[in-house]
Amino acid sequence: MEMETTISLLDIRPLVPELTMICVGLIVILLDLIVRKKEVVAIVGIAGTLVALYGTYKLYGFYEPQSAFSGMFVLDGYSNFFKLIFYLNIILTICISFKYMAIEKASFGEYYALLMFATTGMMIMASAADLIVLYLGLELMALSTYILAGITRKRQRSNEAALKYFFLGAFSSAFLLYGISLTYGLTGTTNLREIASALQTLDLNGSPIMYLGLIFMIVAFGFKIALAPFHMWAPDVYEGAPTSITAFMSVGPKAAGFAVLGRVLFGAFAGMQVQWASILIPMAVLTMAVGSIIALAQTNIKRMLAYSSIAHAGYMLLGVITGTTGGLMSTVNYLAIYLFMNIGAFAIVIMLRREGFQGENIEDYMGLSKSHPLASALMLIFMFSLAGIPPTAGFIGKFYVFMEVIKAGYVYLAIIAVAFSAISAFFYLRVVMYIYMKDPKEEVVLTRSPSMSIALAVTAMMVLILGIFPSFLLNLVRYSILG
Amino acid sequence: MTAPQLFFAYFAVMITVLSLLMITRRNPVHGVLWMLVLFVHIAGLYIFLNAEFLAAIQIIVYAGAILVLFLFVIMLLNLKKEETVKKFQKHWLVGVGTGIIFAVFSVSIVRKIEVFPQLGKYTIEAVKAEGNIMTVGKVLYTKYLLPFEIASVILLVAIIGAVVLAKKRIE
Repeated sequence: MEMETTISLLDIRPLVPELTMICVGLIVILLDLIVRKKEVVAIVGIAGTLVALYGTYKLYGFYEPQSAFSGMFVLDGYSNFFKLIFYLNIILTICISFKYMAIEKASFGEYYALLMFATTGMMIMASAADLIVLYLGLELMALSTYILAGITRKRQRSNEAALKYFFLGAFSSAFLLYGISLTYGLTGTTNLREIASALQTLDLNGSPIMYLGLIFMIVAFGFKIALAPFHMWAPDVYEGAPTSITAFMSVGPKAAGFAVLGRVLFGAFAGMQVQWASILIPMAVLTMAVGSIIALAQTNIKRMLAYSSIAHAGYMLLGVITGTTGGLMSTVNYLAIYLFMNIGAFAIVIMLRREGFQGENIEDYMGLSKSHPLASALMLIFMFSLAGIPPTAGFIGKFYVFMEVIKAGYVYLAIIAVAFSAISAFFYLRVVMYIYMKDPKEEVVLTRSPSMSIALAVTAMMVLILGIFPSFLLNLVRYSILG
Repeated sequence: MTAPQLFFAYFAVMITVLSLLMITRRNPVHGVLWMLVLFVHIAGLYIFLNAEFLAAIQIIVYAGAILVLFLFVIMLLNLKKEETVKKFQKHWLVGVGTGIIFAVFSVSIVRKIEVFPQLGKYTIEAVKAEGNIMTVGKVLYTKYLLPFEIASVILLVAIIGAVVLAKKRIE
């Protein structure tokens, strides 16, 4: 009966990208002591991420999913695609935070190292094939982001954001652990694949306790994704955290949350699709409603983008609800598009910040087009994309999700989503209106830096290219998930 | 009631009562001391489950290290004001309501639990034959090696975070 588990050096191979990220994170901390120019430290961080990206690219070639460490860690196209999102997320975040963190007087090595550790946590989450590894990856990501949210510790808002995020995050972790323990109690395993087979052999698909365990896990993932009614933390934390971290948090942990949601629901609980759809459908509708409607009343652009990110989480969730591979692919596709448009929008928000000027009110954008036509045009592109107006990528993202939802037979959900999408266009276009149709109140000086220009160029180009030629990304997603 | 049932009933009731005592005390030091008793009772439950190693850890780590840390913080903060402030805000009724709904929900579900067959290879006999610590150690360094290592990275992040948030000089 006893089966010896053996672990060999070969088990490390699928983990090379994660190990690279951790090692470079440690190097970054040490470099911080000897290098005076913090730009060098940040560039080392980017370089390390590129090395990890190369590692993932090299490992991409395997068609068959590989598992390591006695089935705890899995390397497949699904996880690799999410890792790609995480790499782009951290690189773009570092690009937009160079100058900004210097203005905030918090540009030091630990900042970049923590970004790398948080990304490592997300990568572990995406590759987790076991609930324990999943939980630990989630904690690694969460702990790093709590610290990052409070890294400008002289600012009271930042402290508040970090504390709020920490307390509510700890609370949601407790839910996750409770869900995991119920699942373990019923199936006798924490391995996702073994859970799936145990649900079949023990005939647990209809078990109310399993249902309760599933609800607990969805609550915890919903917290990380900022799904209503577990979104309460998002506006305060997004507003209080340094803007570069807000950009990082609104993409990274959300994508990681969706990665584990997809993995757990499709991998372990595929037989309970009816049950989890019954939980997720009301959550998705509520999320879209809360995000789109409350955003209308915001005057702070970071808060507005926070509610916008809640609404987008609702649209993305629709793809998961379908329970089909096509639906999951549309969600993943949406996440990749959301990465570019959201970080692009936050990059413009960051440019308005300068010494002695926050630039976080929507009114600060009044008449921006008169003095800064290029930045205004970029903001226009990002706002159009977030609103889902063609020919931008945001339209493509929404289009495929809605199409998959209709295909799966949830026509009413698609109609609700389109309605909320129309409502949300109002507050995105209000920003555009302020930029183009109002007279400037005061002179706005933009903080420029070369890395910021690169980030803006990449995000804006991707938003336009993916809007006009969506097949490239769609094919990549299909290749990753279907093999 | 059989002896194990009595044993469990005592600990279950005591844990609930002690938790309530802990959160209702005006003096934070009293609250922490009730928590100490609570931790000891949780350790009792672990022994009940044949997990004596976990029980020892519970006493050493929670009742020992973490509790002392709590007391230190309370002493450093000198929470005299805390004793005069009202302990519960207006919405405590909402909390109690949610708790009752949850309890009813859980009880209704727990009643449906059937006794499942022994799952997994670590039966009571298997653990007894090898000893608790031996089994935990073996599993931790073979099957659960990866989670073990990830936990070490989490601890590293925690240390870095403490230094960054508390010590870093920001002009």
